[in-house]
Amino acid sequence: MAIFLTENSKVIVQGMTGSEGSKHTPKMLKAGTTIVGGVNPRKAGTTVTFDGADVPVFGTVAEAMEKTGADVSVVFVPPAFAKAAVIEAIDAGIGMCVVITEGIPVHDSAFFWAHAVATGNKTRIIGPNCPGVISPGKSNAGIIPADISGPGRMGLVSKSGTLTYQMMYELRDIGFSSAVGIGGDPVIGTTHIDALQAFEDDPETDAIVMIGEIGGDAEERAAEYIKAHISKPVIGYVAGFTAPEGKTMGHAGAIVSGSSGTAAAKKEALEAAGVRVGKTPSETAELAREVIKSLG
Amino acid sequence: MDLYEYQAKDLFAAHGVPVLPGQVVETADAAQTAAETIGGAVVVKAQVKTGGRGKAGGVKLAATPIEAAEKAGAILGMDIKGHTVHRVLITEASDIAQEYYFSYLLDRANRTFLAMASFEGGMEIEQLAVERPDALARIPINPLTGVDAAKAAEIVAAGRFPAEVADQVAAVAVELWETFVAEDATLVEVNPLVRDPQDRIVALDGKVTLDDNAGFRHPAHAELVDVAAEDPLEAKAKAKHLNYVKLDGEVGIIGNGAGLVMSTLDVVAYAGERHSGVRPANFLDIGGGASAEVMANGLEIILGDPDVRSVFVNVFGGITACDAVANGIVQAFALLEGRGEPVTKPIVVRLDGNNAEEGRRILTDAALPGLVQVDTMDSAADRAAELAAAGV
Repeated sequence: MAIFLTENSKVIVQGMTGSEGSKHTPKMLKAGTTIVGGVNPRKAGTTVTFDGADVPVFGTVAEAMEKTGADVSVVFVPPAFAKAAVIEAIDAGIGMCVVITEGIPVHDSAFFWAHAVATGNKTRIIGPNCPGVISPGKSNAGIIPADISGPGRMGLVSKSGTLTYQMMYELRDIGFSSAVGIGGDPVIGTTHIDALQAFEDDPETDAIVMIGEIGGDAEERAAEYIKAHISKPVIGYVAGFTAPEGKTMGHAGAIVSGSSGTAAAKKEALEAAGVRVGKTPSETAELAREVIKSLG
Repeated sequence: MDLYEYQAKDLFAAHGVPVLPGQVVETADAAQTAAETIGGAVVVKAQVKTGGRGKAGGVKLAATPIEAAEKAGAILGMDIKGHTVHRVLITEASDIAQEYYFSYLLDRANRTFLAMASFEGGMEIEQLAVERPDALARIPINPLTGVDAAKAAEIVAAGRFPAEVADQVAAVAVELWETFVAEDATLVEVNPLVRDPQDRIVALDGKVTLDDNAGFRHPAHAELVDVAAEDPLEAKAKAKHLNYVKLDGEVGIIGNGAGLVMSTLDVVAYAGERHSGVRPANFLDIGGGASAEVMANGLEIILGDPDVRSVFVNVFGGITACDAVANGIVQAFALLEGRGEPVTKPIVVRLDGNNAEEGRRILTDAALPGLVQVDTMDSAADRAAELAAAGV
């Protein structure tokens, strides 16, 4: 099963011919992803060959969907064009749009999110500023290195790319059903809560690792949700205990404002919801390993 | 980026929001000249990026130009919550009949924008929200439709503004929304928005936060950066396109990925509890591609911090291969040596992930002075803290 992305997913790449897109498309192909096309209006009708695989380029997302049956799009276009690209994907009615692009103005993200809501939330948006989704052994939509960990029964949802990689590496002996990087921007599509519910519903997932960081109150809201709706064990990690107030720590959304958005408050909320929270990534991995062992 | 009051008001004025005429000055003499130009009584206001200026004595009324010079002299150089006052704004003193509150901001939790408005203004908004929550209207704004005349009227009604000024406030609401959108702001706050005895509405104060991600479509915003007020190391890092934040500890940190670097700071702080309480000295994310030049620039910034006693390079090879990172470190040592700044502080390196073994071998073979490799993040942090404590 896995969540959001399976071996049946047909993936197109918006911005496939750009520098990031052309770097990561062959990696996705190598990971077994079924990539059925790229989108670039100026190169429509051409074909790009990656390691012997010919990938056709279409003028629009709608055309690519019509000709290939694509149901997932991965967006690599630069920040200035990302809003238009995501809106195009939404209007074409694609099932999922994974926005890798970093540095999108928040007015643009808020706008395309509002557009998604106004048109009935038919497209699952992941990101922006995220590493994407991987269901090891099945498919990879984004930039998560496919060789870190194989398939297994752990689910992972994280705001941070490198902490996703680190955690997958630490738990490669267990493996993952899916790992979802939801992104570190202030406005994102899919949230911790959405991923937690999807893992709860996924018969191939036994336990969930949730990684958060300073800024906003998404972790606190996830904690409330876990208490009410999630029966599978959740293990948590929060980064940024030492972050000073008012300073953006790398991710646009990673900022403690006054007394809100602190790591301590997030950890406390998660623990109050019965989530075991590790002090370091390694300790978190150890807790997750114990949980999997106890499940037999 | 947070703006100063005078910068915020310049943006307001550019979008039609009524503000009082004023001048920004850096000396008492200039304050006097400005007061003479404006004429009549003036207000001398400290320009610092923090609230509570009035309570701290940073806002004073002056009846004459001489008095304006005196007040400016007293306020310039003052410390307000850790911010030194380098500039004061001299503005016309206004007759205030009533004070209101108005803001637009990003509502992260609901992934939309929010208008907050109240017929009660002047006090800190956090205080108003706690003490008089009923007096503070919160109206969600759909980014697709924004604030038109009808939406503005809805906000004004919810904020319970007096009927005599409802139209004027609504007009300002539309102009402030234009400012918010056109400038790519994440916060536009007017506190107080005042009504004068002639029922004119004026933005007496202004607070604006701009979205750094939108800088590419606002070349003029670069001029709003107060270079002099930046930490010198942060300014130097920014010039080299490094994502660096100066902190107050002794262990320099270099890592890849914002989340991993934040996590590294925490792990170093925990390790420091066992080693004389040493703390992380900075946040530095070198991002995905850790080339030799990026690594050299990063090391140079961190080693240029006199507080740093040891450095922890924590890299997980995801997209980046660890052998490339290791080569980057080796070349960085050579580059710094070539610049006449050889590395003399101990450096602890932890490489994991993609091509980690090859990366470790490269560093072992290079036998760089003062560089030690430790296998795991937790034990590497401990070693770096221990070395920093020994060097303190």
